Amino acid sequence: MSAIANPFPQAPASWRLPDRGKIAMGCLILAESAIFTIFVVAYLFYVGKSLSGPTPREVLETPIFYTICLLSSSLTIHLAAKLLVRDRVGPFLVLWLLTFALGGLFLYGTGKEWRKLIYADGLTISTNLFGTTYYSLVGLHAFHVTVGLFMILIVAIFGMAGRVGAKQAHRVEVLSMYWHFVDVVWVVVFTVVYVVGR
Amino acid sequence: MRRSKRMRSIAARNVALLAFVFVTRVAGAEPTGFFKSPTNIFAPASTPAKSIAPLAIFVLVITGIIFSVVFTLLVYAIIKFRGRASDAGREPAQVYGSTQIELAWTIVPVLIVVVLFLATARVIHAIQDAPEPASAVEVTVIGHQYWWEYRYPKLGIVTANELHIPVSDPAHPTPTFMTLLSADTDHSFWVPELAGKTDLIPNHPNRMWLDPQRTGIFLGQCAQYCGVQHAKMLLRVSVDSTQDFAAWVRAEQQPAVEDNRAAAGRHVFETTACINCHTVTGTPANGRFGPDLTHLMSRATIASGAAENTPENLRLWIQDPNSIKPGCLMPAMKLSDADLDAIVSYMETLR
Amino acid sequence: MSSNVITVSGVQIEEKPWLDALQQWLTTVDHKRLGILYIAYGLSFLLVAGVEAVILRIQLMRPHNNFVSPQVFNRMFTMHSTTMVFFAAMPILFGFSNYLVPLMIGARDMAFPRLNAFSFWLSALGGLLLYFSFIGGSGLYGAGSAPDVGWWAYAPLTARAFSPGHSTDYWTLSVLVSGFGTVGTGINIIATILCMRCPGMTLNRMPLLAWLNLVMAGMVLIAITPLSAAQMMLLVDRYLGGHFFDAQAGGAPVLWMHFFWIFGHPEVYILIIPCFAFMSEIIPVFSRKPIFGYPVMVAATVCIGFISMSVWAHHMFTVGMSSYANSFFTFTTMVIGVPTGIKIFNWLGTMWGGRLQFKVPMLFCIGFLFQFLIAGLTGIMLACAAFGWQLSLSYFVVAHFHYTLVGGVVFAIFAAIYYWYPKMTGRMTSERLGKWHFWLFLIGFHLTFDLMHFPGILGMPRRIYTYEPGRGWDTLNFLISIGAFIQAIAVMVFVVNLVISYFKGDKAGNDPWDAWTLEWSVSSPPPEYNFASIPTVASRRPLWDLKHPEDPDSRYE
Repeated sequence: MSAIANPFPQAPASWRLPDRGKIAMGCLILAESAIFTIFVVAYLFYVGKSLSGPTPREVLETPIFYTICLLSSSLTIHLAAKLLVRDRVGPFLVLWLLTFALGGLFLYGTGKEWRKLIYADGLTISTNLFGTTYYSLVGLHAFHVTVGLFMILIVAIFGMAGRVGAKQAHRVEVLSMYWHFVDVVWVVVFTVVYVVGR
Repeated sequence: MRRSKRMRSIAARNVALLAFVFVTRVAGAEPTGFFKSPTNIFAPASTPAKSIAPLAIFVLVITGIIFSVVFTLLVYAIIKFRGRASDAGREPAQVYGSTQIELAWTIVPVLIVVVLFLATARVIHAIQDAPEPASAVEVTVIGHQYWWEYRYPKLGIVTANELHIPVSDPAHPTPTFMTLLSADTDHSFWVPELAGKTDLIPNHPNRMWLDPQRTGIFLGQCAQYCGVQHAKMLLRVSVDSTQDFAAWVRAEQQPAVEDNRAAAGRHVFETTACINCHTVTGTPANGRFGPDLTHLMSRATIASGAAENTPENLRLWIQDPNSIKPGCLMPAMKLSDADLDAIVSYMETLR
Repeated sequence: MSSNVITVSGVQIEEKPWLDALQQWLTTVDHKRLGILYIAYGLSFLLVAGVEAVILRIQLMRPHNNFVSPQVFNRMFTMHSTTMVFFAAMPILFGFSNYLVPLMIGARDMAFPRLNAFSFWLSALGGLLLYFSFIGGSGLYGAGSAPDVGWWAYAPLTARAFSPGHSTDYWTLSVLVSGFGTVGTGINIIATILCMRCPGMTLNRMPLLAWLNLVMAGMVLIAITPLSAAQMMLLVDRYLGGHFFDAQAGGAPVLWMHFFWIFGHPEVYILIIPCFAFMSEIIPVFSRKPIFGYPVMVAATVCIGFISMSVWAHHMFTVGMSSYANSFFTFTTMVIGVPTGIKIFNWLGTMWGGRLQFKVPMLFCIGFLFQFLIAGLTGIMLACAAFGWQLSLSYFVVAHFHYTLVGGVVFAIFAAIYYWYPKMTGRMTSERLGKWHFWLFLIGFHLTFDLMHFPGILGMPRRIYTYEPGRGWDTLNFLISIGAFIQAIAVMVFVVNLVISYFKGDKAGNDPWDAWTLEWSVSSPPPEYNFASIPTVASRRPLWDLKHPEDPDSRYE
């Protein structure tokens, strides 16, 4: 092709596209929300339909304290991420470890609750429809909390080794999106299981 | 230009011809020749099927028109706008779109959708929400892997595999209303000439109704994959005149015939595991896993239509059900030949 | 002097020992190689599932045939459908997305190359797991082998009581695992399209293939995951004593149906939308005109994406929903026909007034147009719930969905392969063999699937290993099977074409079709980095602008 009077376009003055980490995490959150929606639908569909066995009203105790722990961890992780953007690594680490502790407390609370349900109330996943849907939904959420805690732990390890700074702030922000999602799911699960379903 | 107009009219004529042949052949009340079949959805004999058939024709005609128009345009475009050697190097006019055309071919389909929807909604409601008259015969249909159980609760009848219902005079209707249940997996009750199909799903009772307007035998089969022998879960509906139906009911309400000539066979039957699965009223046999055999000989087929009800087939079936329906749930009882003959002669007395 | 379009000539091709080549292919994160891996994998499974189909058709050639036992037949139809949907069609289509999207938007690779590789291998493992069932599926009772529960795996047939052994578990796990791979690729496609477009390529200037893949990927996120959730529930039922679908405990098998079809219906749109993308790229090039109504095509696809989430229960018209529910789903299903029809009209509008070139890709596109039109119309028939009460679960439905999946998806895949094969391999395919493939396949396809509507109308249900004589189905089934054999021969011609052309085909050059999107600006095959320097674009057809500087698209958009 011979030289032609400028068919080549000029680059636009500014060309800013969204951040791919945040878009990808947003997509993952959307996909996971769909999974949780199906489990919530199953739970609501089967409310009151168990043919036998313990009912929610008889055995469920509202886990207010542990819920507060989990929801506070959203606040701490948010503050931690903001601190890291400003390269305040020390305070970031404190809040980060606090997040881990609060999340861990929540998991402990779930474990305690399940222990009581299984051994004291005789409710297992195979007892009745309530058991099946309850353990599946709460268990799926707890699984997501565990995965989140694991990721937080990895960041904590690298943080305490001095390898996390403002340059990693973006990744930490993406991880905190996941953690906020886990908390929002808990709000929904809590409402469905301990409020509506009772 | 003239050639393409001719091609258009040829295409249009051919399409019209095809449509005419199709509609008269398949949709005719008397299917003939290539499309002769006892299970033709366009040979309806009962109101649900009769409500569906005209809707179906209506939809076919509308979609047929849409097809003819678009087909003709496509064929025209292919012929008229094909590239020729003389075009080499020249690009045609680069047209990017046209708002008016887009509007036109959006609005017209939307109107068609509205029309089709309203036509369909009427038929849906007419069939599903039909009120049940007091004269209706009530049947509970329970689907099993791979046979049909029929209970007539108000008449005290339990039978299997062949459904008897009275013919219904449109002036004084005596429809049959059925409750559909399942004992194991999902099934579907489909007798095309009597009604559309409805599924039998565990823990999900369904209702359907039939009001056949002529007597005869109507065929169908299970339409929802239910396991290995789904293909042989055949349906046989006998629509009887009012008197024949009454006679049948009376016969079914009797306990099993006691025929002393088959005492030996009856003894074998009652001391083998047969009684765990099958019921013969008036005897110790009261199993419910398999079909009720009290009036086995009143049925034209055995194994839910898989074989004709002859002594030879019956012997073969009892000896080894897998020879007729491989994978069915009736086990081979490994009977001796003598026992087998005795049981068959006993079965032959259960009229 | 700056040129955004550089032809890299004289690339040295080193002779690599085969082991090095193998290592490169196994560890690649390059979207082009992964794309080719996906396509090759999908084509292999297409052939396997095709063999399964031929087995089915031989069994059904005459009534009361015993070519295979009922158990084998049931496994064959389950494996044929599961393989075709999850391990043939989806990989091939994702392979094309992987290969083409970065090239078309002027990027060097997908947003997350390692995630891309991980997703591929996850999906590949899923397919192998499914086929391992032939060996490993025997369970406690010696029952089980390959799964035989149908590709919908309806409860309660999948409960331990009715499906002992592990065959159902192979179905569940293989599809679950590959489902996660699919979601990974969906995330990757969205991130790539939203975050990696070259300067000047606003969303309004993306090739339609990129737009349609964006919509498809969005649907993947919210449609595949309900199936994953339902499969987790099935595993809970089968292994932890759960009661999600256990009627004895008050559970509802109908719930499985809802969950499955909430996945199942958008799934078929996930399959067809990339095919729409192929049409939207190939038809304009061989009509020598731009796509007619670009904004409408985008809007129609987005509408289809949304509406497809609301139609699922048209697969459940016979299940006994209320008349209001049946009417609702009738309505939404008919409504989705409108944007779909609009797309067909737009392709017609693209061809109208053009200068059509009947190269092999275009032949398959034209076949697609006729066939998808018919498929859509039989879909309208099925959408009318009352008519559906007769037609569903019969061979009419089988004919309808094979019309969309073979007449639509497979034809589109053939068109795409013939069109982009030169770009991927640097060689042209044989036009002569391609035309043999096309005409043989067309004849076989129509013989089989046109006729197949009639047994359905005459009362033949689906998934039956044999049928009764005297119901009017005998001759029809015989002819249908003949058509299947013809299609098999056509596919063999196709495979021969692909193999021979790789070694003996004419050199393709950058742009054998005189096309207008960015992938045709680089060499065939493209260098690993795609573009020497990232291009800038000012219109939807950057190469048209370069070739026709006197009349660039940028003036009209």
